[in-house]
Amino acid sequence: MSQRKIEVPLMSDLHARGEQPEYLVWIGSAGAYDDRYKKVTRSFIKVLTYLNVSYAVLGTEESSSGDVARRAGNEMLFQMQAMTNVELLNAYGVKKILTCDPHAYNTFKNEYPDFGGHYEVWHHSQFFQKLIREGTLRLDSEVFRDQVVTFHDPCYLGRANGEYQAPRDVLKATPIHLEEMPRNKSFALCCGAGGGQMFKEAEPGDKEVFIERTEEALDTGAQIIATACPYCMVMLTDGIKYKNRESDVKNLDIAEIIEQSLNL
Amino acid sequence: MEKQIVFILALLLTLGIFAYTVNRLLAYFKLTRQDYPIRKLGRRFSQMMGVAIGQTKIFRRPVIGLLHALVFWGFLVILIGSIEMVVDGIAGSERIFRVLGVVYDVIIGAGDVFALIIAVAIVVFLVRRLFLHVKRFSGIEMDHKKHVDANIALTLILVLMISLLGMNTFYIQHALASGHELHGVFPVSRLMAPWFASLPADQLHLWHEINWWVHILVIFFFANYLPYSKHFHVFLSVPNVFLSRLDPLGKLYTMENVKKEVQMMMDPNASFDPPAEEEEEAGRFGVKDVEDVSWKTYFDSLACTQCGRCTAVCPANITGKKLSPRKIIMDVRERMREKGPMMVKHGRDYDDNKSLLRDYITEQELWACTLCNACAQECPININHPSLIVEMRRYLVMEESSGPGDLNAIFSNIENNGAPWQYSQEDRMEWAGDLYINES
Repeated sequence: MSQRKIEVPLMSDLHARGEQPEYLVWIGSAGAYDDRYKKVTRSFIKVLTYLNVSYAVLGTEESSSGDVARRAGNEMLFQMQAMTNVELLNAYGVKKILTCDPHAYNTFKNEYPDFGGHYEVWHHSQFFQKLIREGTLRLDSEVFRDQVVTFHDPCYLGRANGEYQAPRDVLKATPIHLEEMPRNKSFALCCGAGGGQMFKEAEPGDKEVFIERTEEALDTGAQIIATACPYCMVMLTDGIKYKNRESDVKNLDIAEIIEQSLNL
Repeated sequence: MEKQIVFILALLLTLGIFAYTVNRLLAYFKLTRQDYPIRKLGRRFSQMMGVAIGQTKIFRRPVIGLLHALVFWGFLVILIGSIEMVVDGIAGSERIFRVLGVVYDVIIGAGDVFALIIAVAIVVFLVRRLFLHVKRFSGIEMDHKKHVDANIALTLILVLMISLLGMNTFYIQHALASGHELHGVFPVSRLMAPWFASLPADQLHLWHEINWWVHILVIFFFANYLPYSKHFHVFLSVPNVFLSRLDPLGKLYTMENVKKEVQMMMDPNASFDPPAEEEEEAGRFGVKDVEDVSWKTYFDSLACTQCGRCTAVCPANITGKKLSPRKIIMDVRERMREKGPMMVKHGRDYDDNKSLLRDYITEQELWACTLCNACAQECPININHPSLIVEMRRYLVMEESSGPGDLNAIFSNIENNGAPWQYSQEDRMEWAGDLYINES
């Protein structure tokens, strides 16, 4: 087996050559800076490369979508980010956006239209679901055979946008055993990171939300807690550490499950 | 004739008091701010048919949800009979809708059955409230008065159902005893009528009259009690669903006054333009007090029946934080009850040195929210709690700069290097280094 180096295509380079990729892949701040989530970004890009998807990233031109700023009450900052990003994306003629981050997904899909940003936005789970349905992506390798997996619904994919099926379809395309938590889909409990909580001390209470959710996930007997959101990833990874279960329980993004299934 | 006069006077009194209440509430609504425009009436209608009439969200808790749905659907059927009673009362007629024939039989028959079902459901509700410990009926916002209010409303409904069954029962037995023709079908009351077979016709008539009057007068009283009770939802929940937002829960509304400022800031030409002659008052950013909330949020607060399903699913509340979405919505109504009359009297600028923020809703509550939308998802009548929480955060951050220090730090990071973390924008591609793919 040989290895090939991936040169991640930059929007600015393609634009200079007069080329237009089909998708703009939005990496997101967590995807670029959070050590754990950078691995998800790498896995995701490997899968896109494997699938020969026409895409490019903004690279150093990318900036915060403004989701956190808006939900933490700083509408002014959010709008500045939104207008700057929309200007850049429109200048590149972006039509389709693909991202692993449900928060960016939600912001582009539902909030940027107010600022002149009209895009066809895909969460990676939806993109993979489409390819699985079309038969382009097959995940029936033995890597995850009979592993017990539970899926934690990200609020901004699920309740915020009604997408519960796509990530489950991805998981069900592999030979795993999906074990639902009692609170799933629209009843799912938040990981505790949304609305700016990721970046602040929790308010006084009896317990941290991420511990409550991790306990629920562990109670399913899962060996893998699957997620599809950078914040959920951070919180549940912390939860597994807090519960001292790092040795027998893993937290994987669906992009990583695909990458490992395909042995990329 | 005397009966008609008494009835019409009682009806006029009821309508008069109700009109007074509505008028007062409209004056409060005038103090509130604008919200999204009410368009797409077709989609709103279908939303109302599903969520309100179809009770879809109530069924998220299937057992108790079914009981509520039966009470609600029964209420809709019995309402037709109540309208008939009003017409009868004014016209001096008896069961005037009988001209509807078979339709009438179906309506009256269904109402008779529903009266029993509702009575049983109400007893279950009362037992649950009085003797069982249902967690979501407790909480800091649920003081003694709230429980008394709930129990009064339930008791009144129970009296309504008992009097309805009583009315039907004595109507049947009186018809039998006096040889009158019987109008309507009565699957439940028919079984009870023989219990009173020994009573003479005039007594049966008297008992029918007593039940008839008790039923209609309790309705009149109830109609005027509701606007001051949590049970106002009987009137407002259906319109609240009709008026509720159609956008995905994930969307937050764009502040147009901020948009103007940001556009000015970012447009190099605009900054040198002289300010417009009569520039509109930008107004306060976000919500500090009750006059800053939108009419829809105030509507939400009036329609809320304090069921606590929102609070029961709130991750912050579940983990012992002070936040309770139900309380946030109830606080809006309480604060309007306190400040509304004074603002109507002295103008919108009236200041009583108190505000919704801090005197009712603390910063600790607002900053405990994860914006996960579980509360809004759960609310059976589509109340949107997160939009109010964000509006109050907007006030704290943009007017007072008094958000939590950690968040202020991420704001400056986003401003300076385009990410909540303090890393250079130049490092945004570091993840892509030494990236290899296996090729088979």
